[in-house]
Amino acid sequence: MDLMEKNLELVEIQKLEGHTDRVWSVAWNPVSSHADGVSPVLASCSGDNTVRIWEQSSLSRSWTCKTVLEETHTRTVRSCAWSPSGELLATASFDGTTGIWKNYGSDFECIATLEGHENEVKSVSWNASGSYLATCSRDKSVWIWEVLEGNEYECAAVLSEHTQDVKMVQWHPTMDVLFSCSYDDTIKVWWSQDCDGEFECVQTLGESNNGHSSTVWAISFNATGDKMVTCSDDRTLKIWGTDIARMQSGEEYVPWSHLCTLSGYHDRTIYSAHWSRDDIIASGAGDDAIRLFVDSHDSVDGPSYNLLLKKNKAHDNDVNCVQWSRGEGDRLLASASDDGMVKIWQVATKP
Amino acid sequence: MSMLYTVMILKKVLESELWFTVLHRKIKPLAVEARLRNREKKKMTLGLINANPVVQAKKERLVRTQPDQYRDDGVDPLDIYEYVRDIRDPEHPYTLEQLSVLSEESVTVDDQLDRILIKFTPTVQHCSMATIIGLCLRAKLKECLPLHYKVDILVSPGSHADEDSVNKQLNDKERVAAAMENPNLRQLVDECIYSDEI
Repeated sequence: MDLMEKNLELVEIQKLEGHTDRVWSVAWNPVSSHADGVSPVLASCSGDNTVRIWEQSSLSRSWTCKTVLEETHTRTVRSCAWSPSGELLATASFDGTTGIWKNYGSDFECIATLEGHENEVKSVSWNASGSYLATCSRDKSVWIWEVLEGNEYECAAVLSEHTQDVKMVQWHPTMDVLFSCSYDDTIKVWWSQDCDGEFECVQTLGESNNGHSSTVWAISFNATGDKMVTCSDDRTLKIWGTDIARMQSGEEYVPWSHLCTLSGYHDRTIYSAHWSRDDIIASGAGDDAIRLFVDSHDSVDGPSYNLLLKKNKAHDNDVNCVQWSRGEGDRLLASASDDGMVKIWQVATKP
Repeated sequence: MSMLYTVMILKKVLESELWFTVLHRKIKPLAVEARLRNREKKKMTLGLINANPVVQAKKERLVRTQPDQYRDDGVDPLDIYEYVRDIRDPEHPYTLEQLSVLSEESVTVDDQLDRILIKFTPTVQHCSMATIIGLCLRAKLKECLPLHYKVDILVSPGSHADEDSVNKQLNDKERVAAAMENPNLRQLVDECIYSDEI
Protein backbone atom coordinates (compact mmCIF):
# COMPACT_ATOMS: atom_id res chain seq x y z
CA MET A 1 0.00 0.00 0.00
CA ASP A 2 1.81 3.06 -1.20
CA LEU A 3 0.00 6.06 0.17
CA MET A 4 2.16 8.48 -1.76
CA GLU A 5 0.69 7.19 -5.01
CA LYS A 6 -2.87 7.94 -4.03
CA ASN A 7 -4.30 11.42 -4.19
CA LEU A 8 -5.27 11.93 -0.58
CA GLU A 9 -6.82 14.83 1.27
CA LEU A 10 -7.82 15.60 4.84
CA VAL A 11 -11.56 16.21 4.95
CA GLU A 12 -13.19 18.00 7.86
CA ILE A 13 -16.01 15.80 9.12
CA GLN A 14 -17.21 17.99 11.94
CA LYS A 15 -16.27 20.93 14.15
CA LEU A 16 -17.03 20.37 17.82
CA GLU A 17 -17.86 23.60 19.61
CA GLY A 18 -18.45 24.07 23.27
CA HIS A 19 -15.24 24.83 25.09
CA THR A 20 -14.92 28.48 26.10
CA ASP A 21 -11.14 28.61 26.03
CA ARG A 22 -8.31 26.96 24.10
CA VAL A 23 -8.45 23.18 23.82
CA TRP A 24 -5.15 21.62 24.79
CA SER A 25 -5.64 17.92 24.20
CA VAL A 26 -7.92 15.17 22.90
CA ALA A 27 -8.02 11.46 23.62
CA TRP A 28 -9.97 8.69 21.92
CA ASN A 29 -11.50 6.03 24.13
CA PRO A 30 -9.62 2.88 23.10
CA VAL A 31 -12.56 0.54 23.43
CA SER A 32 -15.04 2.37 21.33
CA SER A 33 -15.08 2.36 17.59
CA HIS A 34 -17.57 1.32 14.97
CA ALA A 35 -15.69 -1.96 14.62
CA ASP A 36 -16.45 -2.82 18.25
CA GLY A 37 -20.07 -2.01 17.65
CA VAL A 38 -19.76 0.85 20.08
CA SER A 39 -19.99 4.52 19.20
CA PRO A 40 -16.61 6.26 19.14
CA VAL A 41 -16.01 8.46 22.16
CA LEU A 42 -13.58 11.36 22.36
CA ALA A 43 -12.47 13.37 25.39
CA SER A 44 -11.16 16.94 25.09
CA CYS A 45 -9.66 19.13 27.78
CA SER A 46 -9.38 22.86 27.94
CA GLY A 47 -8.22 26.13 29.46
CA ASP A 48 -11.82 26.57 30.61
CA ASN A 49 -11.02 24.04 33.39
CA THR A 50 -13.35 21.39 31.98
CA VAL A 51 -13.21 18.14 30.07
CA ARG A 52 -15.85 17.40 27.43
CA ILE A 53 -16.88 13.93 26.34
CA TRP A 54 -18.06 13.71 22.74
CA GLU A 55 -19.87 10.78 21.20
CA GLN A 56 -20.80 9.96 17.66
CA SER A 57 -24.39 8.89 17.16
CA SER A 58 -24.61 5.64 15.21
CA LEU A 59 -27.75 6.84 13.48
CA SER A 60 -27.04 10.40 12.45
CA ARG A 61 -23.23 9.98 12.40
CA SER A 62 -22.90 13.38 13.97
CA TRP A 63 -20.94 14.16 17.11
CA THR A 64 -22.45 15.71 20.19
CA CYS A 65 -21.21 16.59 23.62
CA LYS A 66 -22.39 13.86 25.95
CA THR A 67 -21.03 15.24 29.24
CA VAL A 68 -18.98 18.05 30.67
CA LEU A 69 -16.64 17.16 33.54
CA GLU A 70 -16.54 20.33 35.56
CA GLU A 71 -16.31 21.77 39.06
CA THR A 72 -13.35 19.59 39.95
CA HIS A 73 -10.26 21.12 38.47
CA THR A 74 -9.74 24.72 39.45
CA ARG A 75 -7.37 25.55 36.61
CA THR A 76 -6.62 24.54 33.04
CA VAL A 77 -6.95 20.83 32.30
CA ARG A 78 -3.87 20.22 30.19
CA SER A 79 -4.20 16.60 29.11
CA CYS A 80 -6.33 13.51 29.52
CA ALA A 81 -5.89 9.80 28.96
CA TRP A 82 -8.25 6.82 28.93
CA SER A 83 -7.26 3.64 30.73
CA PRO A 84 -6.72 0.65 28.41
CA SER A 85 -10.07 -0.80 29.47
CA GLY A 86 -11.77 2.43 28.50
CA GLU A 87 -13.52 2.62 31.87
CA LEU A 88 -11.44 5.35 33.45
CA LEU A 89 -10.29 8.78 32.34
CA ALA A 90 -7.30 10.47 33.94
CA THR A 91 -7.08 14.28 33.73
CA ALA A 92 -3.93 16.33 34.36
CA SER A 93 -4.40 19.91 35.51
CA PHE A 94 -2.48 23.12 36.16
CA ASP A 95 -4.03 23.03 39.64
CA GLY A 96 -1.39 20.43 40.51
CA THR A 97 -3.75 17.46 40.71
CA THR A 98 -4.61 14.50 38.50
CA GLY A 99 -8.25 13.45 38.47
CA ILE A 100 -9.44 9.90 37.90
CA TRP A 101 -12.97 9.69 36.54
CA LYS A 102 -15.21 6.70 36.12
CA ASN A 103 -18.02 6.38 33.64
CA TYR A 104 -21.34 5.52 35.26
CA GLY A 105 -23.75 5.27 32.37
CA SER A 106 -24.32 8.78 31.12
CA ASP A 107 -22.39 10.42 33.92
CA PHE A 108 -18.80 10.61 35.03
CA GLU A 109 -17.74 10.81 38.62
CA CYS A 110 -14.36 11.81 39.95
CA ILE A 111 -13.39 8.77 42.02
CA ALA A 112 -9.88 9.83 42.98
CA THR A 113 -7.59 12.86 42.99
CA LEU A 114 -3.85 12.32 42.89
CA GLU A 115 -1.86 15.01 44.64
CA GLY A 116 1.81 15.47 45.14
CA HIS A 117 3.22 17.53 42.33
CA GLU A 118 4.38 20.96 43.44
CA ASN A 119 2.85 22.80 40.55
CA GLU A 120 1.17 22.32 37.15
CA VAL A 121 0.70 18.72 36.00
CA LYS A 122 1.31 18.60 32.26
CA SER A 123 0.61 15.05 31.15
CA VAL A 124 -0.75 11.67 32.24
CA SER A 125 -0.33 8.23 30.68
CA TRP A 126 -1.49 4.68 31.45
CA ASN A 127 0.72 1.68 30.72
CA ALA A 128 -0.53 -1.07 28.41
CA SER A 129 -2.06 -3.20 31.16
CA GLY A 130 -3.51 -0.33 33.14
CA SER A 131 -1.47 -1.24 36.22
CA TYR A 132 0.59 1.94 36.20
CA LEU A 133 -0.15 5.59 35.69
CA ALA A 134 2.54 8.20 35.07
CA THR A 135 2.30 11.97 35.52
CA CYS A 136 4.76 14.81 34.97
CA SER A 137 4.96 18.42 35.95
CA ARG A 138 6.70 21.79 35.79
CA ASP A 139 8.28 20.73 39.09
CA LYS A 140 10.68 18.73 36.84
CA SER A 141 9.58 15.37 38.19
CA VAL A 142 7.90 12.31 36.76
CA TRP A 143 5.71 10.34 39.14
CA ILE A 144 4.72 6.72 38.68
CA TRP A 145 1.54 5.57 40.42
CA GLU A 146 0.49 2.00 41.02
CA VAL A 147 -3.16 1.26 40.39
CA LEU A 148 -4.54 -0.77 43.27
CA GLU A 149 -7.92 -2.27 43.99
CA GLY A 150 -10.77 -0.18 45.26
CA ASN A 151 -9.89 3.02 43.40
CA GLU A 152 -6.64 3.30 45.32
CA TYR A 153 -3.52 4.79 43.82
CA GLU A 154 -0.13 4.59 45.42
CA CYS A 155 2.89 6.58 44.45
CA ALA A 156 5.52 4.05 43.36
CA ALA A 157 8.26 6.41 42.27
CA VAL A 158 9.22 10.07 42.07
CA LEU A 159 11.78 10.48 39.30
CA SER A 160 13.66 13.77 39.32
CA GLU A 161 16.29 13.70 36.65
CA HIS A 162 14.97 16.24 34.23
CA THR A 163 16.47 19.67 34.80
CA GLN A 164 13.39 21.55 33.63
CA ASP A 165 9.62 21.41 33.17
CA VAL A 166 8.52 17.96 31.90
CA LYS A 167 6.03 18.33 29.05
CA MET A 168 4.79 14.83 28.38
CA VAL A 169 4.99 11.24 29.59
CA GLN A 170 4.18 8.24 27.46
CA TRP A 171 4.35 4.54 28.27
CA HIS A 172 5.65 2.18 25.62
CA PRO A 173 2.73 0.42 23.88
CA THR A 174 3.76 -3.10 24.86
CA MET A 175 6.38 -2.91 27.60
CA ASP A 176 6.52 -1.20 30.98
CA VAL A 177 9.09 1.33 29.83
CA LEU A 178 8.29 5.00 30.40
CA PHE A 179 9.35 7.91 28.21
CA SER A 180 9.30 11.57 29.14
CA CYS A 181 10.16 14.72 27.22
CA SER A 182 11.01 18.11 28.56
CA TYR A 183 11.75 21.85 28.32
CA ASP A 184 15.36 20.77 28.97
CA ASP A 185 15.43 19.57 25.31
CA THR A 186 15.82 15.89 26.20
CA ILE A 187 13.84 12.68 26.15
CA LYS A 188 14.43 10.31 29.04
CA VAL A 189 13.73 6.60 29.21
CA TRP A 190 12.78 5.01 32.54
CA TRP A 191 12.97 1.28 33.12
CA SER A 192 12.64 -1.07 36.02
CA GLN A 193 15.20 -3.87 35.65
CA ASP A 194 13.57 -6.43 37.90
CA CYS A 195 10.06 -5.22 37.17
CA ASP A 196 9.86 -4.50 40.86
CA GLY A 197 8.67 -0.96 40.55
CA GLU A 198 12.14 0.54 41.00
CA PHE A 199 12.39 2.72 37.97
CA GLU A 200 15.53 4.51 36.95
CA CYS A 201 16.61 6.61 34.03
CA VAL A 202 18.40 4.27 31.63
CA GLN A 203 18.81 6.62 28.70
CA THR A 204 18.75 10.30 27.87
CA LEU A 205 18.29 11.36 24.26
CA GLY A 206 19.81 14.79 23.98
CA GLU A 207 21.64 16.90 21.46
CA SER A 208 24.66 14.62 21.55
CA ASN A 209 22.52 11.70 20.32
CA ASN A 210 21.20 13.75 17.39
CA GLY A 211 18.47 14.96 19.67
CA HIS A 212 16.42 18.13 19.72
CA SER A 213 17.84 21.60 20.25
CA SER A 214 14.82 23.01 22.03
CA THR A 215 11.81 21.96 24.13
CA VAL A 216 10.46 18.53 23.18
CA TRP A 217 6.67 18.69 23.29
CA ALA A 218 5.44 15.17 22.47
CA ILE A 219 6.30 11.51 21.94
CA SER A 220 4.35 8.90 19.99
CA PHE A 221 5.03 5.25 19.22
CA ASN A 222 4.17 3.17 16.18
CA ALA A 223 1.88 0.19 16.68
CA THR A 224 4.68 -2.37 17.05
CA GLY A 225 6.61 -0.20 19.47
CA ASP A 226 9.95 -0.40 17.67
CA LYS A 227 9.86 3.23 16.54
CA MET A 228 8.84 6.54 18.03
CA VAL A 229 8.44 10.09 16.77
CA THR A 230 9.15 13.19 18.83
CA CYS A 231 8.33 16.79 18.01
CA SER A 232 9.90 19.98 19.25
CA ASP A 233 10.08 23.74 19.47
CA ASP A 234 13.13 23.36 17.20
CA ARG A 235 10.59 22.78 14.37
CA THR A 236 11.69 19.23 13.59
CA LEU A 237 10.23 15.78 13.99
CA LYS A 238 12.68 13.05 14.88
CA ILE A 239 12.24 9.33 14.38
CA TRP A 240 13.94 6.98 16.81
CA GLY A 241 14.16 3.20 16.79
CA THR A 242 15.23 0.22 18.83
CA ASP A 243 15.56 -3.53 18.47
CA ILE A 244 12.27 -4.29 20.15
CA ALA A 245 12.51 -8.04 19.69
CA ARG A 246 15.77 -8.12 21.60
CA MET A 247 14.33 -5.89 24.28
CA GLN A 248 11.25 -8.07 24.72
CA SER A 249 13.14 -11.33 24.87
CA GLY A 250 16.07 -10.36 27.03
CA GLU A 251 16.69 -9.00 30.50
CA GLU A 252 18.72 -6.10 29.26
CA TYR A 253 17.74 -2.62 28.23
CA VAL A 254 18.28 -2.02 24.52
CA PRO A 255 19.00 1.65 23.77
CA TRP A 256 17.08 3.79 21.34
CA SER A 257 18.90 5.55 18.52
CA HIS A 258 18.14 8.35 16.14
CA LEU A 259 16.92 7.19 12.71
CA CYS A 260 16.00 10.37 10.90
CA THR A 261 15.05 14.01 11.29
CA LEU A 262 12.27 15.74 9.35
CA SER A 263 13.29 19.35 9.10
CA GLY A 264 12.25 22.21 6.86
CA TYR A 265 8.58 21.24 6.91
CA HIS A 266 7.48 23.36 9.87
CA ASP A 267 8.29 27.00 10.59
CA ARG A 268 6.65 27.23 14.00
CA THR A 269 6.76 25.06 17.11
CA ILE A 270 5.37 21.55 16.62
CA TYR A 271 3.14 20.83 19.61
CA SER A 272 1.93 17.35 18.80
CA ALA A 273 2.79 14.29 16.74
CA HIS A 274 0.86 11.02 16.58
CA TRP A 275 1.67 7.77 14.82
CA SER A 276 -1.33 5.93 13.35
CA ARG A 277 -1.82 2.18 13.30
CA ASP A 278 -1.24 2.20 9.57
CA ASP A 279 1.98 4.18 9.78
CA ILE A 280 0.94 7.75 9.02
CA ILE A 281 2.50 10.39 11.27
CA ALA A 282 0.30 13.43 11.91
CA SER A 283 1.71 16.68 13.28
CA GLY A 284 0.00 19.73 14.75
CA ALA A 285 1.92 22.99 14.84
CA GLY A 286 1.87 26.64 15.76
CA ASP A 287 1.17 27.68 12.19
CA ASP A 288 -2.41 26.38 12.41
CA ALA A 289 -1.69 23.51 10.04
CA ILE A 290 -1.86 19.73 10.22
CA ARG A 291 0.68 17.71 8.26
CA LEU A 292 0.77 14.01 7.46
CA PHE A 293 3.98 12.09 6.80
CA VAL A 294 4.59 8.58 5.50
CA ASP A 295 7.63 6.40 5.02
CA SER A 296 8.58 6.54 1.37
CA HIS A 297 10.44 3.21 1.64
CA ASP A 298 13.01 4.76 -0.69
CA SER A 299 15.99 4.38 1.52
CA VAL A 300 17.76 1.17 2.35
CA ASP A 301 19.45 2.70 5.36
CA GLY A 302 16.35 3.16 7.38
CA PRO A 303 13.08 5.03 7.28
CA SER A 304 12.79 8.09 5.11
CA TYR A 305 9.69 10.14 5.62
CA ASN A 306 7.96 12.33 3.08
CA LEU A 307 5.18 14.86 3.44
CA LEU A 308 1.94 13.19 2.35
CA LEU A 309 -0.20 16.29 2.70
CA LYS A 310 -0.41 19.63 4.49
CA LYS A 311 -3.72 21.03 5.66
CA ASN A 312 -3.31 24.81 5.86
CA LYS A 313 -5.57 26.73 8.23
CA ALA A 314 -6.80 23.48 9.74
CA HIS A 315 -7.77 25.73 12.64
CA ASP A 316 -7.90 29.49 13.23
CA ASN A 317 -5.01 29.22 15.64
CA ASP A 318 -2.28 26.87 16.86
CA VAL A 319 -2.99 23.14 16.68
CA ASN A 320 -2.15 21.78 20.11
CA CYS A 321 -2.95 18.11 19.68
CA VAL A 322 -3.56 15.58 16.92
CA GLN A 323 -4.76 12.05 17.65
CA TRP A 324 -5.63 9.21 15.32
CA SER A 325 -8.64 7.15 16.32
CA ARG A 326 -8.03 3.60 17.45
CA GLY A 327 -10.34 1.89 15.02
CA GLU A 328 -8.86 -0.17 12.23
CA GLY A 329 -8.93 1.42 8.84
CA ASP A 330 -11.19 4.36 9.50
CA ARG A 331 -8.38 6.93 9.39
CA LEU A 332 -10.16 9.41 11.62
CA LEU A 333 -8.08 12.18 13.11
CA ALA A 334 -9.08 14.49 15.96
CA SER A 335 -7.40 17.86 16.49
CA ALA A 336 -7.49 20.42 19.28
CA SER A 337 -6.65 24.10 18.95
CA ASP A 338 -6.14 27.47 20.63
CA ASP A 339 -9.24 28.59 18.71
CA GLY A 340 -11.35 26.60 21.20
CA MET A 341 -12.40 23.99 18.67
CA VAL A 342 -12.03 20.26 18.35
CA LYS A 343 -12.22 18.99 14.79
CA ILE A 344 -12.76 15.51 13.40
CA TRP A 345 -11.05 14.76 10.09
CA GLN A 346 -10.92 11.86 7.70
CA VAL A 347 -8.17 10.93 5.29
CA ALA A 348 -9.90 10.27 1.99
CA THR A 349 -9.06 9.90 -1.66
CA LYS A 350 -9.71 13.01 -3.68
CA PRO A 351 -12.75 12.72 -5.90
CA MET B 1 -2.08 51.25 44.27
CA SER B 2 1.09 52.18 46.09
CA MET B 3 4.47 51.14 44.79
CA LEU B 4 5.29 49.41 48.05
CA TYR B 5 2.23 47.20 47.86
CA THR B 6 3.00 46.29 44.29
CA VAL B 7 6.54 45.40 45.19
CA MET B 8 5.38 43.29 48.12
CA ILE B 9 3.05 41.36 45.89
CA LEU B 10 5.89 40.92 43.45
CA LYS B 11 8.09 39.54 46.18
CA LYS B 12 5.41 37.05 47.22
CA VAL B 13 4.82 36.06 43.65
CA LEU B 14 8.46 35.59 42.84
CA GLU B 15 9.02 33.50 45.93
CA SER B 16 6.07 31.24 45.38
CA GLU B 17 5.67 31.07 41.64
CA LEU B 18 9.30 30.68 40.69
CA TRP B 19 8.41 30.19 37.12
CA PHE B 20 11.53 31.99 36.16
CA THR B 21 14.87 32.19 37.88
CA VAL B 22 15.05 35.13 40.19
CA LEU B 23 18.03 36.12 42.22
CA HIS B 24 16.47 36.59 45.62
CA ARG B 25 19.02 39.07 46.77
CA LYS B 26 17.85 41.52 44.16
CA ILE B 27 14.38 41.73 45.65
CA LYS B 28 15.28 42.85 49.17
CA PRO B 29 16.98 46.10 48.28
CA LEU B 30 14.04 46.84 46.01
CA ALA B 31 11.54 46.69 48.88
CA VAL B 32 13.73 48.78 51.17
CA GLU B 33 14.39 51.37 48.55
CA ALA B 34 10.72 51.51 47.63
CA ARG B 35 9.80 52.32 51.23
CA LEU B 36 12.30 55.18 51.21
CA ARG B 37 10.86 56.31 47.94
CA ASN B 38 7.38 56.51 49.31
CA ARG B 39 8.46 58.93 51.99
CA GLU B 40 10.16 61.10 49.48
CA LYS B 41 7.37 60.82 46.99
CA LYS B 42 6.99 64.51 46.57
CA LYS B 43 10.63 64.88 45.75
CA MET B 44 10.26 62.11 43.12
CA THR B 45 13.53 60.47 44.12
CA LEU B 46 13.82 57.02 42.71
CA GLY B 47 15.77 54.74 45.04
CA LEU B 48 15.18 51.48 43.24
CA ILE B 49 17.74 49.02 42.06
CA ASN B 50 17.88 50.87 38.81
CA ALA B 51 18.37 54.14 40.62
CA ASN B 52 18.60 56.32 37.61
CA PRO B 53 16.51 55.04 34.81
CA VAL B 54 16.77 57.27 31.86
CA VAL B 55 13.34 58.74 31.47
CA GLN B 56 12.29 60.28 28.23
CA ALA B 57 9.62 62.84 27.85
CA LYS B 58 6.46 61.41 26.38
CA LYS B 59 6.79 61.41 22.65
CA GLU B 60 4.35 63.32 20.60
CA ARG B 61 1.84 61.15 18.91
CA LEU B 62 2.25 61.45 15.17
CA VAL B 63 -0.89 62.06 13.21
CA ARG B 64 -0.45 60.13 10.01
CA THR B 65 -1.73 62.02 7.07
CA GLN B 66 -0.08 59.95 4.38
CA PRO B 67 -1.86 56.93 2.99
CA ASP B 68 -0.84 53.62 4.46
CA GLN B 69 2.07 51.95 2.84
CA TYR B 70 0.77 48.63 3.99
CA ARG B 71 -2.02 46.68 2.40
CA ASP B 72 -5.45 47.41 3.76
CA ASP B 73 -5.82 44.18 5.60
CA GLY B 74 -2.29 44.23 6.96
CA VAL B 75 -1.20 45.49 10.34
CA ASP B 76 0.98 48.55 10.61
CA PRO B 77 3.81 48.07 13.13
CA LEU B 78 3.18 51.58 14.38
CA ASP B 79 -0.41 50.63 15.20
CA ILE B 80 0.92 47.78 17.29
CA TYR B 81 3.38 50.12 18.91
CA GLU B 82 0.45 52.32 19.93
CA TYR B 83 -0.99 49.37 21.88
CA VAL B 84 2.19 48.73 23.83
CA ARG B 85 4.06 52.02 24.24
CA ASP B 86 1.97 53.10 27.26
CA ILE B 87 2.27 49.88 29.21
CA ARG B 88 3.62 50.88 32.58
CA ASP B 89 6.89 49.44 33.77
CA PRO B 90 6.35 47.04 36.72
CA GLU B 91 8.96 48.86 38.83
CA HIS B 92 8.76 52.52 37.92
CA PRO B 93 5.81 54.82 37.36
CA TYR B 94 6.74 55.40 33.77
CA THR B 95 5.76 53.81 30.50
CA LEU B 96 7.95 51.33 28.70
CA GLU B 97 8.47 53.95 26.02
CA GLN B 98 9.62 56.59 28.48
CA LEU B 99 12.18 54.16 29.88
CA SER B 100 13.34 53.26 26.36
CA VAL B 101 12.34 49.66 26.97
CA LEU B 102 10.32 50.00 23.79
CA SER B 103 10.67 52.23 20.80
CA GLU B 104 9.09 52.40 17.38
CA GLU B 105 11.81 50.10 16.09
CA SER B 106 10.78 47.44 18.61
CA VAL B 107 7.98 46.15 16.45
CA THR B 108 8.35 44.38 13.14
CA VAL B 109 5.55 42.78 11.19
CA ASP B 110 5.62 40.05 8.57
CA ASP B 111 2.48 40.73 6.59
CA GLN B 112 2.76 37.63 4.48
CA LEU B 113 2.59 35.33 7.46
CA ASP B 114 0.77 37.62 9.93
CA ARG B 115 3.60 37.44 12.41
CA ILE B 116 4.74 40.10 14.83
CA LEU B 117 8.13 40.33 16.44
CA ILE B 118 8.71 42.58 19.43
CA LYS B 119 12.15 43.22 20.83
CA PHE B 120 12.34 45.06 24.10
CA THR B 121 15.31 46.37 26.04
CA PRO B 122 15.28 45.86 29.82
CA THR B 123 16.73 48.85 31.65
CA VAL B 124 19.54 46.82 33.23
CA GLN B 125 21.39 43.60 32.33
CA HIS B 126 20.12 41.69 35.35
CA CYS B 127 16.61 43.04 35.25
CA SER B 128 14.42 40.62 37.14
CA MET B 129 11.36 42.25 35.60
CA ALA B 130 12.22 41.14 32.08
CA THR B 131 9.81 38.19 32.14
CA ILE B 132 7.06 40.34 33.68
CA ILE B 133 7.47 42.93 30.95
CA GLY B 134 7.25 40.15 28.38
CA LEU B 135 4.04 38.87 29.99
CA CYS B 136 2.56 42.37 29.92
CA LEU B 137 3.32 42.64 26.22
CA ARG B 138 1.66 39.29 25.53
CA ALA B 139 -1.40 40.09 27.63
CA LYS B 140 -1.92 43.46 25.99
CA LEU B 141 -1.51 42.17 22.47
CA LYS B 142 -3.79 39.20 23.07
CA GLU B 143 -6.61 41.66 23.67
CA CYS B 144 -5.88 43.88 20.72
CA LEU B 145 -4.92 41.54 17.91
CA PRO B 146 -7.00 39.22 15.73
CA LEU B 147 -6.78 35.58 16.82
CA HIS B 148 -4.53 34.22 14.13
CA TYR B 149 -1.61 36.62 14.59
CA LYS B 150 1.55 35.02 15.90
CA VAL B 151 3.59 37.07 18.33
CA ASP B 152 7.22 36.44 19.19
CA ILE B 153 8.78 38.42 22.01
CA LEU B 154 12.52 38.68 22.54
CA VAL B 155 14.85 40.83 24.56
CA SER B 156 17.10 42.96 22.37
CA PRO B 157 20.24 40.95 21.67
CA GLY B 158 22.91 41.61 24.27
CA SER B 159 20.60 43.52 26.59
CA HIS B 160 20.13 40.87 29.26
CA ALA B 161 22.42 38.49 31.09
CA ASP B 162 19.96 35.57 30.82
CA GLU B 163 18.82 36.42 27.31
CA ASP B 164 18.28 32.82 26.11
CA SER B 165 16.49 31.76 29.26
CA VAL B 166 14.15 34.78 29.25
CA ASN B 167 13.41 34.38 25.53
CA LYS B 168 12.64 30.70 25.90
CA GLN B 169 10.16 31.32 28.73
CA LEU B 170 8.43 34.18 26.99
CA ASN B 171 7.87 32.07 23.89
CA ASP B 172 6.64 28.93 25.62
CA LYS B 173 2.89 29.47 25.49
CA GLU B 174 2.16 26.76 28.03
CA ARG B 175 4.40 28.48 30.58
CA VAL B 176 2.86 31.84 29.76
CA ALA B 177 -0.66 30.43 30.14
CA ALA B 178 0.16 28.83 33.49
CA ALA B 179 1.77 32.06 34.75
CA MET B 180 -1.25 34.12 33.77
CA GLU B 181 -3.46 31.79 35.81
CA ASN B 182 -1.60 32.87 38.91
CA PRO B 183 -3.84 35.57 40.41
CA ASN B 184 -0.99 37.66 41.84
CA LEU B 185 0.89 37.73 38.59
CA ARG B 186 -2.30 38.45 36.66
CA GLN B 187 -3.06 41.37 38.95
CA LEU B 188 0.39 42.85 38.48
CA VAL B 189 0.18 42.48 34.72
CA ASP B 190 -3.29 44.07 34.69
CA GLU B 191 -2.00 47.04 36.64
CA CYS B 192 0.75 47.57 34.12
CA ILE B 193 -1.39 47.26 31.03
CA TYR B 194 -4.41 49.17 32.27
CA SER B 195 -2.48 51.94 34.01
CA ASP B 196 -3.36 54.53 31.43
CA GLU B 197 -7.01 53.96 32.12
CA ILE B 198 -6.74 54.75 35.83
